[in-house]
Amino acid sequence: MTPLDSLPLWLAAPVAALLVIGSTLTVLGAFGLAHLRSFYDRIHAPTLGTSWGTAAILLASILAYSWVQERLVVHEIVVGICVMVTTPVTTMLIGRAALHRDRKEGAAGVPPSRRARGGAAKG
Amino acid sequence: MSRFLPHPLLSLGLVFVWLLLTRFSLGHLILGTVIAGFAGWAFARIEPDRPRIRAYLPLVRLALVVGLDIIRSNWAVALLMLTNGRHGARNSAFVEIPLRLRDPVGLSLLAMIVTATPGTAWLEYDAETGVLLLHVFDMIETDDWPALICGRYEARLLEAFEE
Repeated sequence: MTPLDSLPLWLAAPVAALLVIGSTLTVLGAFGLAHLRSFYDRIHAPTLGTSWGTAAILLASILAYSWVQERLVVHEIVVGICVMVTTPVTTMLIGRAALHRDRKEGAAGVPPSRRARGGAAKG
Repeated sequence: MSRFLPHPLLSLGLVFVWLLLTRFSLGHLILGTVIAGFAGWAFARIEPDRPRIRAYLPLVRLALVVGLDIIRSNWAVALLMLTNGRHGARNSAFVEIPLRLRDPVGLSLLAMIVTATPGTAWLEYDAETGVLLLHVFDMIETDDWPALICGRYEARLLEAFEE
């Protein structure tokens, strides 16, 4: 008998639901990353995994292990905070790199740099 | 006070993280406090400006709004993935948003909000003109993105950091 078998049904049900929600969102995000065509569309897909994909799984972990260890287990929050704080850095880095490259190559549909437009845009 | 504890929020956050990662005990509280105090002091050497938060209430309200928005947009984007972008009818677009917010901490919070919300991605911010370039996954003609970002998020951040 594993410790998780001691979970009563009223707790096991929400834990299982949260796990299914979290993993489904993460899978959908991964699927989108592989499936979508444009680079800028692809940036959006993994945010499913980094927002509620992560949050739901962490919540499930908090609920289950707080019961099993009979104390409040909340160090999962640290994982959540780290994901929240670090994803914008990555997104901006690869987003700006892509913009820079597309502008250099003169790709269609990419807004020109504010600075390149110069005084006209500012006035 | 500010000499010994130059970054009180950072130090408090570190004590909190320390206690979360260890079992709570008096010893860990003292050890964590000493380390957090030292880290705050070291950080002041790199970044002497501490964040100026003028009001906390707008931040609490902002957190609630953002929490709801993230749930809603998770659902929307997941649905778009499942229906293959409303069967090919989905259009994405770049949106330029002129921001009034200049506070670096406020801006980084806004970046976290925009990134954590599926469907919007922060691409570029021009510090000179204050214009943010956003990429929107599902562009619906009737949506007014500048009004949405400014009204929902930026206004509260301005209240908290600048006004």
